[in-house]
Amino acid sequence: MALIVDHNKALSTSPLKVSAPLGAALAFMGMKGCLPMFHGSQGCTAFALVMMVRHFREAIPLQTTAMNEISTILGGMDQVEEGLLNIAKRAKPEIIGLISTALTETRGEDMAGDVKVIRARNKELADIAVVDVSAPDFSGSLETGWGKAVTAIIKSLAKPSGNHAKLDRVNLLPGAHLTPGDVEALKDIIADFGLEAMVLPDLSDSLDGHVPDAYTPTTLGGTAVAQVREMGRARLTIAIGEHMRIAAKTAETITGVPSVVLDRVTGLDAVDRLMVCLSTVAGVPVPARQRRARSQLVDAMLDGHFYFGGRSIAIAAEPALLWSMGKLATDMGATVAAAVTTQPVPMLAELKAERIIVGDFEDLEDQILEAGGADLIIANSNGRQVAAHHGIPLFRAGFPVFDRLGAAHLTSAGYRGTRDLITQLGNILMERPGHAHQQSEHAHGHQSAAAG
Amino acid sequence: MLKAKIAELMHEPGCATNQAKSEGERKKGCGKSLTPGAAAGGCAFDGAKIALQPITDVVHLVHGPIACEGNSWDGRNSWSSGSDLYRKGFTTDLTNLDIIAGGEKKLYKAIKQAIARHNPPAVFVYQTCVGSLIGDDVDAVCRAATQRLGTPVIPINSPGFVGSKNLGNRLGGEALFEHVIGTVEPDDAGPCDINILGEYNVAGELDQFRPLLARLGIRLRASITGDARYREVAACHTARANMVLCSQALVTLARKMKEKWGIPYFEGSFYGISDTSDALRNIARMLVERGADPTLTDRTEALIAEEEAKAWARLEPYKARLAGRKVLLYTGGVKSWSVIQALQEVGMEVVGSSVRKATEADKSKALERLGGDEDKLADAITPRDMYAMFKDGKADMMLSGGRSQFVALKARTPWIDINQERHHGYAAYDGMVALVREIDLSINSPIWAQVRAPAPWENS
Repeated sequence: MALIVDHNKALSTSPLKVSAPLGAALAFMGMKGCLPMFHGSQGCTAFALVMMVRHFREAIPLQTTAMNEISTILGGMDQVEEGLLNIAKRAKPEIIGLISTALTETRGEDMAGDVKVIRARNKELADIAVVDVSAPDFSGSLETGWGKAVTAIIKSLAKPSGNHAKLDRVNLLPGAHLTPGDVEALKDIIADFGLEAMVLPDLSDSLDGHVPDAYTPTTLGGTAVAQVREMGRARLTIAIGEHMRIAAKTAETITGVPSVVLDRVTGLDAVDRLMVCLSTVAGVPVPARQRRARSQLVDAMLDGHFYFGGRSIAIAAEPALLWSMGKLATDMGATVAAAVTTQPVPMLAELKAERIIVGDFEDLEDQILEAGGADLIIANSNGRQVAAHHGIPLFRAGFPVFDRLGAAHLTSAGYRGTRDLITQLGNILMERPGHAHQQSEHAHGHQSAAAG
Repeated sequence: MLKAKIAELMHEPGCATNQAKSEGERKKGCGKSLTPGAAAGGCAFDGAKIALQPITDVVHLVHGPIACEGNSWDGRNSWSSGSDLYRKGFTTDLTNLDIIAGGEKKLYKAIKQAIARHNPPAVFVYQTCVGSLIGDDVDAVCRAATQRLGTPVIPINSPGFVGSKNLGNRLGGEALFEHVIGTVEPDDAGPCDINILGEYNVAGELDQFRPLLARLGIRLRASITGDARYREVAACHTARANMVLCSQALVTLARKMKEKWGIPYFEGSFYGISDTSDALRNIARMLVERGADPTLTDRTEALIAEEEAKAWARLEPYKARLAGRKVLLYTGGVKSWSVIQALQEVGMEVVGSSVRKATEADKSKALERLGGDEDKLADAITPRDMYAMFKDGKADMMLSGGRSQFVALKARTPWIDINQERHHGYAAYDGMVALVREIDLSINSPIWAQVRAPAPWENS
């Protein structure tokens, strides 16, 4: 059991947290023909855009209402209207995600009300879905904004199934901690059960890194508006990550499709739960391919546990990723020596760690020092200063990862993804003797590997 | 206060663009209102932070909600030869409650904690949109903190909504002029001291020209602000001359330094071989005019001759590999005309250049170097048009900032970064050789043949 400590510091140093509107924009990147727009000043968009570009190494369509001094005083409805009309004309999107920011929320803009009025008086917006999301920067983090955006998309587009027959389909609501690679892996798993997946949002179709045949001013792919409208025809909605619970409930209320929230899809027991869930809804036994993958994961755990046992790992990540990585590390026999996250999510108390600090990279560093060091840090690229300073290897995960190739393809979902993750982490640990081994005197028979 | 400052910055007499305007136009100021749904670029806060963050040893504290700093810290590639304090992100991370209750107390506490833990020579406090909206008086908090804590705490009044990134650059310069420059008296002022304004030491570019200056006995009193220390900037008012690199950003500061301390300035560039030589000549001339040893002029010419010859020799092998290749130049801060000339010097053809952020003088220089062809000067090119230029073979490669890279790459076209996130210094003689080398590596990379070929099953 971990104690969750909210540091509530006046000064945040080297923040782990990125803002909720960024999370919302990221979710809209998984919608097809989409162009999200921040309702705020230019910088709100510029920072988020640059960060996503650096992480995915892809073009990121994202616009701004470009609030200025006058509209900040008088109100930004005109800016919203002009912005929507400009986007409609220039980019011809299927859907626009309109995301509030700290600036417009502090002002007290009625964005939802304004959008209704604007849509009523502008026929050119009739064929474009406009989804407004309230996600001020001053509350929550990336995960919060992602969850809010998915909920808003469902609220605005999903419909009850009506008289339509059910299809062999599940709705998949992946959390913000899942990469395009993870989503792709989950789609494959679902397909193995003879089911089709309606993924909302589907980054594996838009930010997986591919080269389209022509220029497009909107997202390169993703979930179509029409697919979301058909959510009601699925047999089950599976949400992954605690922060997707509200989205799942909303979908269930609107469409009548039952929903289940899985806390994670990394780790043997977690993936087992996913398999049972899919097997039940599909009415078929777990397919041979997945049984074989499970057996491979079991083998990887047997081979890998030597290198995790007794090692101390520091993790700085958003709650869902911290949960997923922290569980895997402790499942494999490592200890979580330091843990920092962005929000006090109660479930995290169940992680085997002494404390989880709601804080920043300075807190991570202090905790590592207190613990007398760590063998490995798992964090986004902003963890590199702490890692370099203390000579601890950094395994990059989460958002943003801008100093490595392939952030979008890191896969930790499913049996195979878990196996790959164990391999990667295990290899780093195998390469280094680590402070835990130096401190404890027990020789484990790995000196030869460690010396290399 | 802020309003008056912005109005003043918009009427900069040292700005050529402004001088060229009619009285009526000038009254309107140069704050272009941005088009919602069709705007790109940073805000005033972004600009202020870019201008000042390269001061490496101070705490840069952002007073605002998490987006302003959480989404951007340590994202710029300004190098330091000393302290790395500037690479840490500091913010008050304003939350719901702070917004209701006001953030002044939290800001004061944050300043106090930052000083206690890091003992910096100064703290820079950046005001953002939200702090400004809820009425937090950053000036007052900074004043109180300076008095009580004994460390200079400098307010930078730069809420994003007041304008563009460029305005923010200038607000950063204003903060230096009002609160920093002239607050420390150096005891080693010399006749060959200069400052360079608007140089951010991207990818260590200072080290591409600082040694040249050193060989001439010229000391860089302060670089404003690349690889700068607080005390250097605070004592830079004793320099004998100022060189302004990015004139749009800091010409106002240069003008004010001239008025207050009598430091003459010129606008120059260290991009390109001939422009580097011109810059060195100008520095030497100004120093001699202000009493430096007259032999400096001849020594400068000798150095130029030697360095140019070396650079040309190193560029020679690239000429055959690059001749006739067509480049699209889409730059922000880097002086387009310098780069145009540099590329032409190795035989490349510049088919288009953006002059979005250029002054009128910059534009006419660029135009002159493009043979007077107005069609080649573009204000902004839409990504769709850019993509078409590559697909139609009108340009063989693009040089730009990171944001537009994918327009080129997705069209399977070579691209290199010449903006602030780049990893290679392109300044002065060495930098020019480095730039041409990067262009060659990119445009002549073996990947193009394979990635452009259709899959075998598409051949029919």
